[in-house]
Amino acid sequence: MPTDTLNSLGEIAATNTWGAIYPEMILGCLALLLLALEVILPKFAHGAIPRIAILGQVLLLGYIVIFDVSGGSSRVAFGGMVELSATTQALRIFFLLASIFVSYLAMVSFENKSLARIEYFAITLVVTGALSIMAMSNHFVMLFVALETATVGFYVLVSYFRQNPLSLEAGLKYLIMGALSSAILLFGIVLLYGAASNPALAGSSLDSMNFQNLRVFLEANPTDTLAIIGMLLVISGVAFKIGAFPFQIWIPDVYQGAPVPTTAFLAVSSKAAGFAVLLTLVKTFAPLSNVLIPVLSGIAALTILFGNFAALTQRNLKRVIGLSGVSHAGFLLIGVIAAQSVPEATNWVLFYLFAYLLGSMAVFAVFAHLPKAWDSDLDLDDLGDLAKRNGFLGIALAIGIGSLAGIPPLAGFIGKFLIFVAAFKAELFTLLGVGIVGVVVSIYYYFGVIKAAFFEVWRFTDENEESGTPSALPGATLTALGKLTIVVAIAGSVVLGFFQGPLGSWLSGQ
Amino acid sequence: MNDSVSLLHFAIAVPLIAAFATLWAGKLGRPAVQIVSVTGFAIPTILAIFAWVSYSPDVAGGYDFVTRHNTGLESVGISLHLGLNGVALPLFVMAAVVGLAAGLYGAQSKAENLSRYLFCLLVMQGGLMGVFASIDVFFFYFFHELALIPTFVMVGVWGGRDRGYAAMKMTIYLTLGAMLSLAGLIALYVKSGAESFDLITLKEHLSAAPLSETVSNYAFGLLLFGFGILVSLWPLHTWAPLGYGAAPSSAAMLHAGVLKKFGLYGLIQIAVPLIPGGVGQWENWIIWLALGNVVIVGLVTMAQRDLKQMLGYSSVMHMGYAFLGIAAMSVIGVAGAVIMMVAHGLTVALLFMLSTMIHHRTQTFEMEEMGGLSKKAPVLSAFFVCGMMASIALPGPGLANFWGEFGIFVSLWQFKPWVLCVAATGIIISAVYALRAIARVFFGTESEDFLEVQKEHAVTDMTWAERVPALILIILLFFIGFFPKTISSSLNDALESEPVYATSEANK
Repeated sequence: MPTDTLNSLGEIAATNTWGAIYPEMILGCLALLLLALEVILPKFAHGAIPRIAILGQVLLLGYIVIFDVSGGSSRVAFGGMVELSATTQALRIFFLLASIFVSYLAMVSFENKSLARIEYFAITLVVTGALSIMAMSNHFVMLFVALETATVGFYVLVSYFRQNPLSLEAGLKYLIMGALSSAILLFGIVLLYGAASNPALAGSSLDSMNFQNLRVFLEANPTDTLAIIGMLLVISGVAFKIGAFPFQIWIPDVYQGAPVPTTAFLAVSSKAAGFAVLLTLVKTFAPLSNVLIPVLSGIAALTILFGNFAALTQRNLKRVIGLSGVSHAGFLLIGVIAAQSVPEATNWVLFYLFAYLLGSMAVFAVFAHLPKAWDSDLDLDDLGDLAKRNGFLGIALAIGIGSLAGIPPLAGFIGKFLIFVAAFKAELFTLLGVGIVGVVVSIYYYFGVIKAAFFEVWRFTDENEESGTPSALPGATLTALGKLTIVVAIAGSVVLGFFQGPLGSWLSGQ
Repeated sequence: MNDSVSLLHFAIAVPLIAAFATLWAGKLGRPAVQIVSVTGFAIPTILAIFAWVSYSPDVAGGYDFVTRHNTGLESVGISLHLGLNGVALPLFVMAAVVGLAAGLYGAQSKAENLSRYLFCLLVMQGGLMGVFASIDVFFFYFFHELALIPTFVMVGVWGGRDRGYAAMKMTIYLTLGAMLSLAGLIALYVKSGAESFDLITLKEHLSAAPLSETVSNYAFGLLLFGFGILVSLWPLHTWAPLGYGAAPSSAAMLHAGVLKKFGLYGLIQIAVPLIPGGVGQWENWIIWLALGNVVIVGLVTMAQRDLKQMLGYSSVMHMGYAFLGIAAMSVIGVAGAVIMMVAHGLTVALLFMLSTMIHHRTQTFEMEEMGGLSKKAPVLSAFFVCGMMASIALPGPGLANFWGEFGIFVSLWQFKPWVLCVAATGIIISAVYALRAIARVFFGTESEDFLEVQKEHAVTDMTWAERVPALILIILLFFIGFFPKTISSSLNDALESEPVYATSEANK
């Protein structure tokens, strides 16, 4: 017996190919390096640390894109804990790209604020690595550990503006809701584990938290009540991450209170990680799809409707974008459901995520450059005459919002278009109808943002202007690096809108 | 598979490049902006006229200037497939000419931030050239949206009264229309089994295996109402008069004149040929709603006191005739609809431009507060009378509109005589509002308000900067009026080669 265990442990150890997760390891080391640099470097040189963080990530991203873009062949590593594929490699690139933008946003947002800075960048790196591993996870233990690593990081990032009560409130809400959702997820995992480890049932396995083993069990027992309840609880836990109805209630408050970089991080990376997990889980739970698909369809429809209608009356910028993000989650869910019967839709979901990343980051970059003591107070009035006062930021906002609204010739349109094609191919006509209603409703509030920035409106004169000192101009802190970052986001949105070029064969799922 | 570039690429790309060049020229001052932007409008016009003269397809009714490029979505069935057939060619030329007139008028206007204004207008122009040059249905839709977005911005930023509300209403209505038609186009893509958005491929697949009755019913309904909203089909037309009333003149010219024809063009070129059964299933809907356009909106037009609102409503009214021409499903009816689209595009652009010129002189759009303008501005009044006569399709002066409405009426007589009888009341209605507008604005005694205005602003006649764009439009209108064959022969070939129109002709 001991030799057996040793042999099997040896077999598992042989699959511990550390090279498979080199980007995540580099991110972790970079995070530690930042902390070390803070101690070693003299105080006046601390300004360079965020730049080192960004540079490190850009180099890593460049390396992956140039030498390792396909991620090699699909393989399972660490005894079935993680599974690498072209999809996870695309998500890795996604998380790195998002993290670079988030680091930049943090640099801008923390200017003129007395805060500990370096930790923010270190935590961002660790969370990014965790999200990336979460997307690769092939085992509930790995999934849960990665998820908790990321979530604990987010608890800190959300309440980072310690002096701002709204940020603290957001942190507390996120903590409670996050803990609750983790508990629900864990409970679901335990139920599935219990069901699938029952030796009396066909297809049971000792390692039933492994997704492949779980799937074998579910195929043999597609009507197991315990497994169905477990699945629903797991899906609920993931729905919290992506902000899907009815687990979206935390979104407006947390998005509003959190600092802009954290809001962007939550809206983009955290949501994408949720979808990565969902894409894997939907495959694992495929034998139960007669329960899963109706549930997901209902969630998708309600998410689109809630997100769009709730955003209509908002004036706070981050609440608008947060709720619009809820509706984006609904559109992505349509893609996930369609991917069940239309295989290439998986890549279309990823394309949508990339378009969403570029659009959101352009918008958040504009928010970060608006002059306001606390960014949680930004509302539509703060955009007033943005186009006149800073044309560059005006264009960035227009392109970002336009891409989120799905207006051609921007990337967001191609994303929505592909999702609609997928929905049609999968014959999800009701969801398609809801999607169309959602797009039309969304035009109203996206247009409201554009209107606030571009169209002249009559307003009270600013108090500062009356007293003779003009209020700070938006974008006064815009540096060359900042311009470059924003240009990357908007150029990406525009170019992907009408030339998908090399992505073409990838989009067709070949 | 990538072909070499054709003149169509230049016609689309030049305005788009010129748009950015204009923004940049904004730093160099007003003359630079004007030169760059007018060049951006003139080159597509020259190319379009060249295309018109040299158009010679390999087969009668086929496409000329065909090119195809992969932009990355070929694996999904989308490629940049450009070309012109007999239906697209006249609209392509019209789009270029109206664009040139709108550009010339916009370049000499006193719009604030002129370079940004012309930027929007040039982007719109690039989109419009793309709409009529696209064989790929996806790009047809894509270019339409590209042209649509600047319209909203122009209404919202440079618009007149109620611009915020008008821009919002237009955006929501037109997005709804666009989304419904997009759903219809995706339905064709999926249900035809072609896995392609290429119109020619779609046609081949659908003629081999037509859609089932249920699918064709839904798909055509989506396209009809999607395109219908975009063309202001009654009762979904309310965005149009409001939007045109608020829009700056160049935007109104391009939207009412050209962009709105997108929906009709889509029905003629895509929906009806691909879903031949659809028209029959929706026939009563089309007829009754289109009659609503002609009669109800016609009566509303008569009640207008605001010149620009009246023009907006009259353009909605005329769309009803085009729908009726399509409903008749015969070569002559559809050809009449296309000629009317071309002629109406030129006319309505001319009238919107002239109404702004009138506004510059009277400081109002209220017709009650005008009068006697012809004494002060005889050339302006001659142009306006000519435009109004064209708009009500008077046969006398040899204007293109007559041939369009005539073709539609002939087809309606063969199709359903009672429809013709109801539709013909529109002739009287339009005569009433047109003649009344001419009388109120230009003839009679000068109103007290107008005399007040004259004390502050001396009224002059049209300047040459104003005459040139108007002349361009009028000349093309007369040219097509006297030589309709220059567009109708290729149009006829194209429609004859379309089995759906040709066979329904034979049945009658």
